[in-house]
Order: sequence, then C-alpha cells, then structure tokens
Amino acid sequence: MSTDTAREHDIHAFVDNEIDAARLAEVEALLARDPAAATLVNDIREQRARLHAAFDGVLDEAVPARLMRPVRQRSRFGAIAAAFAWLAIGVAVGWMVRDARDERTRMPLPRQAAVAHAAFTPEVRHAVEVPASEEAHLVRWLSKRLGANVRAPRLNELGYELLGGRLLPGAGKPGAQFMYQDAGGRRLTLYVTKDADNRDTAFRYLNENGLHVFYWIDQQLGYALSGDIDKEQILRVARAVYEQLNP
Amino acid sequence: MSRFDLLIDAHIPHLRRYARALTGDVARADDLVQDTLERAWIKFHLWQPALALRPWLFAIMHNVYVNQVRANARRAHSALADDDAAALAARANQSDMLEVNDIIACLARLPQEQREVLLLVSLEDLNYSEVGRILSIPIGTVTSRLARARTKLRTLLDGSGQGSLKVVK
Repeated sequence: MSTDTAREHDIHAFVDNEIDAARLAEVEALLARDPAAATLVNDIREQRARLHAAFDGVLDEAVPARLMRPVRQRSRFGAIAAAFAWLAIGVAVGWMVRDARDERTRMPLPRQAAVAHAAFTPEVRHAVEVPASEEAHLVRWLSKRLGANVRAPRLNELGYELLGGRLLPGAGKPGAQFMYQDAGGRRLTLYVTKDADNRDTAFRYLNENGLHVFYWIDQQLGYALSGDIDKEQILRVARAVYEQLNP
Repeated sequence: MSRFDLLIDAHIPHLRRYARALTGDVARADDLVQDTLERAWIKFHLWQPALALRPWLFAIMHNVYVNQVRANARRAHSALADDDAAALAARANQSDMLEVNDIIACLARLPQEQREVLLLVSLEDLNYSEVGRILSIPIGTVTSRLARARTKLRTLLDGSGQGSLKVVK
C-alpha cells in the first residue's frame, strides 16, 4: 500500500471514528497542514449528511403490516416457519392441557386479560381498587400477592396516565391489573400474572371481540395489554411497557 | 426465543432504510426486508445473545440480497443491481428535492459492492469490523472499498449538479 493510500484510509477512519489512538495525532497533524486532506474530511461528512437527509425519513414511516410478525404469508420460508411455529404451539398446548390439573379453570392469558378489561374499564367510580396516588402501596401489595416484583410502567410520554390498579382472581392464581387513561378518557389495561409453568414467549396478538390484546410471557410473568383503541397505538404502548420492564 | 421478535422489531426501521437505499425501490426494499426477517426467524436459534443483533440481521440481508442479484442475473441478462440502478434513478426523478435527487441517482451508479460498504458505514453507522463480518470480507477490503466508494460518489456528485460540465461515465 502506498503511503498516500494509507494516509487516505487514515482520513476515512478518522471521520468514521475508527482511527487507532496511536495514529490520531498523526492524522490531526496531517489535517492541519494539508488542505486536500481537510477537504476530504468535509466531503465525507457532507456525503454522510446527504445520505441521512435522503433516507432517514424511512425510519419514521409506519412499518407495513406484512413485516410484522406473525403475518408471514408470501414465501415458502414463511410457510415453513409458520408450520413449525404452529406445531410447537400445538405440542406446548397439548402438553399443558395434559398436565393441567384444573384445565377447565385455566383460561389463556389474553382471555383472562380481556375479561378483566371488559369488566372494569366501564367503571367510573370503581375502576380501580387502589388509585395511582397510592402507587407505592399498590405496587407493594400486588407484588406481595403475586409473589413477584411487579411495577406499573410509566406511559405518560405516550399520553396515558396511570389510574391505579386492582388484584384479580386469575385462573387459580392471583392477577394484577393496572389501568391507564388518556386525555380523551380512553382506557388501557395491563394485566400481569405469575405462573411457575409459564414459558417465555414472543410478543403475540389476539383480537378478542374487537378488543386488541398484545401479550407475552417473560420469566414466569405473563403480561397482557388490552385496549379498543387503534391497534398500532396499542402495539407502541406494548413495546414501551416491554422496554421498561426489561431495561 | 422469548424476546427475539421484540428485539428484531426494533431493527426493522433500520433494515428498511438500508434496503431502500440499496434498492431504491419501496416495494423491492420491503420484499428484501421480509425475506430477511423470514430467514432470521428460521435461523434465530443460531443467534447468540452475546452477538449484536443488528450486524447479524444485516449479514442475513446481505446474503439474501446477493442471492437475489445472482438469481436474477441467471434468469435474465440484466442483473438485479441494474434494475436497482434504474429504480434509484426513477425514484430520484420523482423526488422534489434536488439535493436528494442527486445523491439517490449517484448512489445508483455505484457498483453494488461499493454501495453496500458505503451505506453500512455512512448511513447505518456500523463499524468497520462489523461491516467486514456482514459482508464476509477482511477489514482491509472494507477500508479500500469504502475509500473507492466515497471517491466515486464524490465524482458523480460533482458531475450531476451544480452546473458542472464534468462528464461522468
């Protein structure tokens, strides 16, 4: 490699924050004395800026539904993956049903959440058992009853304020419900249960008679976020919940 | 696989941005993203949480893209990369912003190899060693390809606008 080429590569590495610490001083000296080198630095930075100007808009576009799991219809790969996924779910469900002593009372997580949502969101005066003003108490109490550390995620940035929460009889296990409300009075609920038999799952979605429920299981805790507002918006909130619970 | 989908979801906008810049076409780009996600879904058991997910996904996208380019080249005489160039140029014509026009049209005229390295570094901010792993090339090759790509893009940009008379082949 000629010296010129090596120098040129150093300049690229400098702009890209890839330069070795040992060479940094050398490159800075080069930039100070050689106008052509300085021009190259500017060119590289300008290209970067123009590429971002041209394509960063894509980051803010809504992701098309076909790219969001579990919608996978087009290709063979998708079909195979879906087949395996269904097979796995079938085996898992079969195993759970076989294993469950009280299978009749065992309602799936999203259904429990949807029922609890439907039961309490219409309430005006008794929507919650413990109001958000006593959040510390609420969280302590629910954590104790569930036998796991639960928290009420902050959703204010997304426009939802915590109203409070309540303890619920789950399918043989207690469940916790946190209720949120936006400025327009629309309500979301986050349902949390603990089950030692729970196995981690991916993010899943269920439409329960028009109610959107996103649910997942993480370290024995099952979470379900329910609401009848826009599905995309609920998904955004669900992601925020997930991120806060898994920092 | 518990967090896999969620983790991947966070990268979809970046995969889409890169694919858009690579192919210059909205639908083609999203097809590429979809194929990539499907492949990732099948291969997720090979992914180790210790490895950064983003480079892993970009590596899958690179392989899918290269295979598509090859398959297309076999099917037709025109390579997919040429289609991409045409798509990029068409998109550039539709755009209202002259500056954006220029860069999109010029990007289309870079060789595919150079376009990939340039976009991974300058647009996606991946570091050289990640880019090397993504494209299965040594770091030295990343550096030299990157330098060539930027020089060529500079030449193209100089020739495309601002009334320059420089002829670019």
